Amino acid sequence: MKKIVLRGWKSLPLGGIIPEGGNSHDYATGSWRSCRPVLDADKCIHCLICWIMCPDSSVVVREGKMLGFDLAHCKGCGICDEVCPDKVKCIAMVDEGEAKEAYGDKDMDDQVLPWEPGTY
Amino acid sequence: MSKLVALTGNSALAHAFKQVEPDVYAAYPITPSTQITEEFSEYVADGLVKTEFVPTESEHSAMSACIGAAAAGARAATTTSSQGLALMHEVLYIAASYRLPMIMAVVNRALSGPLNIHADHSDTMGSRDCGWIQIYSEGAQEAYDNLFQAVLIGEHPEVRLPVMVCMDGFIVSHSLEGVELIRDETAKKFIGENKPPFSLLDVDQPVTFGPNDLSDYYTEHRKQQSEAIKNAMPVIREVARRWEEVTGRAYGYFEPYRIEDAEYIVLAIGSVAGTIKDAVDELRQGGLKAGLLKVRVYRPFPGEEIAQAIRNAKAVAVMDRADAFGALGGPLFTDVAAALYDNPDQPHCINYVYGLGGRDVSLENVFGVYHRLEEIARTGKLGQRCQYLTVRSEDHGQEPALEIT
Repeated sequence: MKKIVLRGWKSLPLGGIIPEGGNSHDYATGSWRSCRPVLDADKCIHCLICWIMCPDSSVVVREGKMLGFDLAHCKGCGICDEVCPDKVKCIAMVDEGEAKEAYGDKDMDDQVLPWEPGTY
Repeated sequence: MSKLVALTGNSALAHAFKQVEPDVYAAYPITPSTQITEEFSEYVADGLVKTEFVPTESEHSAMSACIGAAAAGARAATTTSSQGLALMHEVLYIAASYRLPMIMAVVNRALSGPLNIHADHSDTMGSRDCGWIQIYSEGAQEAYDNLFQAVLIGEHPEVRLPVMVCMDGFIVSHSLEGVELIRDETAKKFIGENKPPFSLLDVDQPVTFGPNDLSDYYTEHRKQQSEAIKNAMPVIREVARRWEEVTGRAYGYFEPYRIEDAEYIVLAIGSVAGTIKDAVDELRQGGLKAGLLKVRVYRPFPGEEIAQAIRNAKAVAVMDRADAFGALGGPLFTDVAAALYDNPDQPHCINYVYGLGGRDVSLENVFGVYHRLEEIARTGKLGQRCQYLTVRSEDHGQEPALEIT
C-alpha cells in the first residue's frame, strides 16, 4: 500500500488553495462506486459514444479504440451502459461486491486491455 | 508636508481610498456609508484614479467581486454599513479563509429591526468572529489613518487577511472635522506594492481557490487562520510605528487616556471616547481618579495587554454599543471579562450597553457610570453586572423641544 502523507498546518499552502494545475488525476474517486462497468471487448464496435458521454474521463481510449475503464476514477454512474447502442450493448453494470469477487479488488489496470503505441 | 482640511468622516475615507488607489473597488451604496462610494466613484469618473469601479447589485456581490479580484492578485476594496455587512456575512468568511487581503470601510449603523439608520456597533460586532481584522476609529482622522495601515497589515505575508476599518455612522461619517491629509506620494510610498503569492490570472502557475476541504484537512486550514490573525498583533504595532514616522500620529492596540493612576476605568470603542475623555477631565478636576481605555484593535483582541493596563483599577466599566442577546454581556465585556479571568486581583467589572440606534450619550450619563464604579469600590456591592444605559422602563413625559402652534 502506498503511504498517504497528511501534511501539517505549517507546510500546507495558505487558505486551502491548490498551487498547481492538472492534478485531479491524483484524486481517486473510484471508491464512491456501488457498481462498475464491465466491457465485453468482443462486442465493442468502438463508436466511442461512452467516451463522449462519460462525465469523468473514465473511458480509456487510445488511437480511436475503446480499451476499458479507469476504475480509480469511475464513480459507477452507468451512463456508458445507458448510451451504448441497443444493437451492441457491450457494457454491463455489475454490482461492486460481486465484481470484486469475480475480478478481484484491483484498480483500472485489470479493466483495460493491454496496449502498446501502434497496436491498432 | 501634510495639509489640514475640514472633512466629514465619509469624505476623509473617500480621500484615503483615492490615495490608496485600489485596483478594484466593488460596492453597493447604503446609508450612512453611501458618500464614500459616491465620492470615490467621482474620482474614478474624473480619471483621478485608475481603479476598476464595479457597481454591484448587492453587498453580497460586492464582497464576492472583491474576493474574485483579490484572488486574481488585485488590491481590492469596498465600503458598507449595517444590513449591507449582514448581507455579506457568508462571503466575509470566504475572504478570510482564502487568505485574501482586502480593505473594507464599515460605517457603523444599527441592524434592523425595527429599522434604524443611526450609529451602533451591532453590524460589525456580528462579524467579529468571521476572521477579519477589525480596527475601530474614534473620529475622521483616525479612520483616515487606519485605512492606510489596514492595507499593510492585511497584506503582510505572515498575516494575509482582510481588514475592516470601522467608524461610527453620522456622528463621525457626517460630521465635519479637521483632518490632516498626507501627500499622495507619501501615501503611495507608505503602502507600497501589493505582492500576492498567487494569482488566478497567472497561466504559468495555475492555482485553485476554494476547493472542497474535508475533515482530514479542514482543521489544519482553520489552525493556519487562527495563527495568522495572532500574527497580526506584532504587525499592527510595526505598521503603526511606521505610520508614526510618516505622520507623527501614534497608534496602539488601544488608546489609554489618563489611566496610569486611575482607580476607575471605562473601556469603550469608537466616537463615544470623545465624550468620555471630557468626562474624565472634569471628574479628575473634582478629585475622582477616572480613566479611559479606548479599544482600537478589536480583532485580534489584545486581551493580555488590556488586562495589564487595567489591572490596578478598583473598578472598571465596559461600554458596549451593541447587545449580544442571551450572552453574559455585550461583546467587548465578555472579551474583557475573559481577559481579566487569569488575574488574581481582578478589578470589579461591570457592563453597560449604550448608544443603541444612535442614542446620544451625554456627559451626565458618563458621570453616572464613573459614580457607580466609585460606589461599587466603596461598598463592595456589584449590583446588576450588565445593564442598559439610559433605558426607559416606565413612560416618561417630556416637554417638546419646539412648541407646536
